[in-house]
Amino acid sequence: MNNSLVNLGRTTWAALRMLLVLTVVTGIAYPLLVTGIGQAAFHDKANGSITEVDGRAVGSRLIGQSWNIEGTDKPDPRWFQPRPSHSDYDPLATGSSQLGADDARLVKAVEEAKQQVAEFNGVPASKVPADAVTGSSSAIDPDISPAYARLQIDRVARANGLPRARVQELVKRHTDGRTAGFLGEPHVNVLDLNIALKELARK
Amino acid sequence: MGSVLADVLVVIALVGALALVHRPLGDHMAAVYSSDKHLRVERWIYRSVGADPDAEMRWPVYLRGVLAFSAVSVLFLYVLQRVQDKLPLSLGFEPISPDQAFDTAASFVSNTNWQSYSGETAMGHVTQTMGLAVQNFVSAAVGMAVAVALVRGFARSRTGELGNFWADLVRGTTRVLIPISVVAAVILIACGAVQNFGDIHHITTLTGQKQAISPGAVASQEAIKDLGTNGGGYFNANSAHPFENPDGFTNWLEVFLLLVIPFSLPRTFGKMVGDVRQGLAIVAAMGAIWFAGVIAVTWLEYAHPGTASQLAGGAMEGKEQRFGPGNSSLFAVSTTMTSTGSVDSFHDSFSGLSGGVLLLGMMLGEIAPGGTGSGLYGMLIMAVIAVFIAGLMVGRTPEYLGKKIGSREMKLAACYILVTPALVLVGTGLAMALGKGRSSMTNVGAHGFSEVLYAYTSASNNNGSAFAGFAANTEYHNTMLGLCMLLGRFLPMVFVLALAGSLAAQRPVPATAGTLRTEKPLFTGLLVGSILIITGLTFFPALALGPLAEGLA
Repeated sequence: MNNSLVNLGRTTWAALRMLLVLTVVTGIAYPLLVTGIGQAAFHDKANGSITEVDGRAVGSRLIGQSWNIEGTDKPDPRWFQPRPSHSDYDPLATGSSQLGADDARLVKAVEEAKQQVAEFNGVPASKVPADAVTGSSSAIDPDISPAYARLQIDRVARANGLPRARVQELVKRHTDGRTAGFLGEPHVNVLDLNIALKELARK
Repeated sequence: MGSVLADVLVVIALVGALALVHRPLGDHMAAVYSSDKHLRVERWIYRSVGADPDAEMRWPVYLRGVLAFSAVSVLFLYVLQRVQDKLPLSLGFEPISPDQAFDTAASFVSNTNWQSYSGETAMGHVTQTMGLAVQNFVSAAVGMAVAVALVRGFARSRTGELGNFWADLVRGTTRVLIPISVVAAVILIACGAVQNFGDIHHITTLTGQKQAISPGAVASQEAIKDLGTNGGGYFNANSAHPFENPDGFTNWLEVFLLLVIPFSLPRTFGKMVGDVRQGLAIVAAMGAIWFAGVIAVTWLEYAHPGTASQLAGGAMEGKEQRFGPGNSSLFAVSTTMTSTGSVDSFHDSFSGLSGGVLLLGMMLGEIAPGGTGSGLYGMLIMAVIAVFIAGLMVGRTPEYLGKKIGSREMKLAACYILVTPALVLVGTGLAMALGKGRSSMTNVGAHGFSEVLYAYTSASNNNGSAFAGFAANTEYHNTMLGLCMLLGRFLPMVFVLALAGSLAAQRPVPATAGTLRTEKPLFTGLLVGSILIITGLTFFPALALGPLAEGLA
């Protein structure tokens, strides 16, 4: 009994020291090594792919944003609109609605979103794609489907007084296919697209 | 290219890459755990710890090492969270409450990585990298060590010795997990995952709104979180967060990372018992179940049953546009069947039947292919049981790899397969009976019950994913789920190591004409059948109340 207690104590002491040493290796050396390589080789990406306009940071191209009229919850017709967000695109509250595919609240939310998107863009509800009426998992999805981007072309062109063909051209240019042709789904980055749109409207 | 064709290519590329890598990696791991040489850094570690890496351990000593190391880990991680406001680089976050700190410590040490907190508003840099990420490495290395100890039990004879826990722990970390993680983390950064120790970056958008961009050593944690089948996200959205998983390629890479060690360990096993075909039979059973799961969930998510999904025209609620239903389904099945639990889409919003498949993936006991290490030892226990069932059918004493499966071995195997079902069913039953389940549901009816069942299944099987509508951060659930995670991790390990000890002590029985050929496809079929029957009989009633009721309604 005494002997086994001594053994247990000795093992626990070794275990504690082992944990501390492995903490130095995997908790300090490893992340610092990776940070060193990342900061040296991929500085912008390691720091969040921050996008600047006129020398001012306006967001991260990986983090979706709200394009509502400032101070309201109304979408601004001049911008391409992102997917619905559970947290209104707050990166400090990522996550989704967690509602089941049959949940009555989700059915209602989809119904309302569908009607809103259709009216806002002046198209029939049957044309509205799934990503436009469903919340993403991150709540900060930076992308929309090419179909949802195309759906918004008329409205955006009208609101900015731009020729439709120019805006259409813009959407085409900012539609990213699958990585390597087969990984992931085609998507349009909303921030990139809207920055390009701003450039176009300024000219 | 159509979405379905692209998804088929994604799976083909994945299976191809795994097939290509499993041999060199499996052989490498066999060499790592069989070598009698120590690297310089390892010598330094053993010296500073005062451990003798060459001393052979019998199973109780090996187990004592596992338990002592894990106990101090729980304590260390608990304290770290409780004092985080006093630590540097804590981003001004408060200390974590006692019950949540216990839950999180139990979760990361047991390789579960169930999270009742939101990373972006709870955990500072030091807690993340020196606490949580460290356990991502060492809890995975502990799992691999126990698996290797069991393999040695089969490979060795007339000795009770199972190797040295300290050496196995250190080698798994330094020679397997760290090298792959460094490479994977750098690739992730190159694709856009963040890696910095900065502060929260406040920016003003083009529409004049304020937005806070989170910092973090994300890529380094993402790599080991997937490779070690841990699954604890740096952020609440886990691998759906673009900083953790920026594009279609990183998504594929992350699925690859979480499958690569579990699918390579059977090769290590085959190598160490001296017949790689034995490993092949095991990996075939794992692969068959995993593949069936991928087909089922992908098909269901494309068909998108469910009123809301039908109305929307696609199952995109809780999914990212860059992944879509196909890549999300692949990730979901792979994460639930590997005991990882990271998510690139939220399972709560999957169709009812898909949720049932994901639940079943965990209920199988995380063996197809299972967690790093735990998948292999879980599957070997099932192999012992399959051999036993075959023995009953022909009326001979069963044997596996030249070792008799006698009453002691069967008792230990039976205890092993009873632990997690007992924890899942008792845990869920208690939560429902006490009203604690109901008050934490986001959804109603059968789907609400699925949330509770999923939580206790995930914790007890050390998965860590959730039907995240379940409000887990209550004193009751933090405590009970924490206990489920610890018992679900360490009780089975006791039985595995005891079994390993008893196998290692045996003298081998020579194979005869009547010996069951465990390297043949017939055995793989028998193994898959045994797994499905045992799991089905155990969990069918619970599944009928949740996902089946919902999906077939």
